[in-house]
Amino acid sequence: MEDIILQLDRIEKRFDDAEVLRGIDLTIRRGEFITLLGPSGCGKTTTLRIIAGLEQPDGGRVLLEGRDVTAEAPNRRNVNTVFQNYALFPHMSVEANIGYSLRLKRVAKAEIKKTVAQALELVQLAGYEKRMPGELSGGQRQRVAIARAVVNQPKVLLLDEPLGALDLQLRHQMQVELKRLQKRLGITFVYITHDQEEALNMSDRIAVMREGRFEQIGTPAQIYDHPHTSYVAHFVGAANVLTGTVTAVDADTLTFSCLGGQGRVAHAGAPFAPGQRITVAVRSERVSLIADTGEGDGLPATVKEKNFVGGVLQIILAMADGSELVSSRHGIDSPLDAGDKVRAIWQPDSAVPVDLEAQP
Amino acid sequence: MKHAPSFGPLAAKRRKKRGDGPFLLAVLPLYAFTLLFVAGPLIYMVVLSFLQRAEVWGVVYTFTPQNYVHILDPIYLKTFVESFKLALLSTALIIAVGYPFGYFMAKLTAKWKQRMMLLLMIPFWTSSLIRLYGWIIIFRANGVLDKVLMALHVTDAPLKLLYTYPAVVVGMVYALVPFMIFSVYSSAEKLDWHLVEAARDLGANALQAFLTVSLKLTLPGLLSGIVLTFIPSMGLFFIADILGGNKVVLVGNVIQEQLMKAHNWPFAAALSVVLMVLTSLSIALYRRVAKVKDLEGLV
Ligand SMILES: Nc1ncnc2c1ncn2[C@@H]1O[C@H](COP(=O)(O)OP(=O)(O)O)[C@@H](O)[C@H]1O
Ligand SMILES: [Mg+2]
Repeated sequence: MEDIILQLDRIEKRFDDAEVLRGIDLTIRRGEFITLLGPSGCGKTTTLRIIAGLEQPDGGRVLLEGRDVTAEAPNRRNVNTVFQNYALFPHMSVEANIGYSLRLKRVAKAEIKKTVAQALELVQLAGYEKRMPGELSGGQRQRVAIARAVVNQPKVLLLDEPLGALDLQLRHQMQVELKRLQKRLGITFVYITHDQEEALNMSDRIAVMREGRFEQIGTPAQIYDHPHTSYVAHFVGAANVLTGTVTAVDADTLTFSCLGGQGRVAHAGAPFAPGQRITVAVRSERVSLIADTGEGDGLPATVKEKNFVGGVLQIILAMADGSELVSSRHGIDSPLDAGDKVRAIWQPDSAVPVDLEAQP
Repeated sequence: MKHAPSFGPLAAKRRKKRGDGPFLLAVLPLYAFTLLFVAGPLIYMVVLSFLQRAEVWGVVYTFTPQNYVHILDPIYLKTFVESFKLALLSTALIIAVGYPFGYFMAKLTAKWKQRMMLLLMIPFWTSSLIRLYGWIIIFRANGVLDKVLMALHVTDAPLKLLYTYPAVVVGMVYALVPFMIFSVYSSAEKLDWHLVEAARDLGANALQAFLTVSLKLTLPGLLSGIVLTFIPSMGLFFIADILGGNKVVLVGNVIQEQLMKAHNWPFAAALSVVLMVLTSLSIALYRRVAKVKDLEGLV
């Protein structure tokens, strides 16, 4: 039996005429770290605000531990938010900010002091009690905002791009810290980001969002290795997306023709027949390059340019129709030069057919 | 080697040091102007308050504390107390009307903000005196207000509000409430609404969020609004004159009378000095109580 803490049931939201959320379903288990991943404007913040009660949905329900809280005020839900801009109270010290929710609950002063000190310790800001938010760096404000939100021991902690304003190095450090914090506190995290790397790195599950819908929900491995749609394949890990026609179907794999060559892909039992259109996603690191033999598996290509990015060498290929395909490998060495004729190949099981629903 | 930071408080200090000379030179005319036209008259008034009136016109240059002793006369003391009470009442009403008005105005959409602003500005295009005569038409026996109330059967007889205390209070509130609205509005405009949401999120109900966040952060606007309305309401003699007849006599009326009718300039000056000291004291006291420094620059 699963221990479900939060459930979104066909949530809809319109702003004026714009449909921002188009019937969202999401089930979150206790203690889970779930990430809403999607580009800016796809409705992530709106979803979070509806969970927090700061926004009313136009349709659907929010269930917290099975109880319908859709109509309940934010202060009546045991859910706390780390806001995108931190939203620390500028007129209160760090101590007063963190103790705010406890003061509202009329917890004894000594108790508040103790809890605040513990929370500061937790986010590695011990001794910062008397500082004002204006005297803190971005990273420190971030930590205070987190401390303020967890001190109340919420059932669910909502985080809206909490690392968005930090520089890259601090961001990587905070990713690790946040993940540890979540393990330690055992609080369910609903985390928002538009950074796929962050999502893959931190989450138990990722919900990829697109224009007010969930495109795919799954573990980072499922999302990365088995994207359901070309959108997910492209957005997460920038996979190559190829479109072609099925030519032959075997027991495990099928062959399709595209870009003047042919490729193979594991079809995992999906009902394909020769002649059918197919869209396939292949990660760049799965694409190998061999000398162009002129026939057999693989797509003929010409090396266009080489980029060395983040310890990975990206080889950009120009395909028969002028489109681009990326092959990547570790290390900076490659015998290939721009203009070389090659053939791009991959193992059938490292490619996935996508957009199955969209196929005719 | 370490580079000196090009931002932050240290850098600001450096910039200030470097820029002080030309800066002072630039503001010198302003200081001179202020000294001449603000401090000058003040000093003249204080000096005047210690002189004697001449038999017919003008003053005699002999020192005397007599004018101040004269103020201790119960008649004048009572005027001060009455003025103070009226100012307190008016200010309280101005807060009650102006604060919510300014606060919610800041939450309107840009288009509606503009419209409200315009509506608030339009009255300023006519003389305040003329607008006060408008109130006479409304308040006088069988005037607009009486007719409306009687037509609605709220009252059966004319209220005859003109030349009563309430009429003066309404006049004061009417004349001064825009200053409170503008002052609160400019403060509320800067209020980050996310902070209120954060408070709600952390367990505050609407009232608690308002008291701990919104009110605290709009306090500067409220306080300057109070200063902008409390001080004038002690001295707006023409409102008491026009809407109160001779029934409501404020310090401002006495000063005006002494200056324009009795031609007792030294006594008028002494009354003004006492009024000024009293208002300054009340603001200082208020500041102590409210424990804020937000009035700096205003008082
Ligand atoms: N209060 C609002 N009024 C009108 N439109 C809004 C409001 N809030 C969000 N939107 C619109 O809804 C869409 C989704 O916004 P949001 O949930 O903030 O996206 P995300 O967080 O994924 O960037 C955007 O197009 C945005 O312009
Ligand atoms: Mg957002």
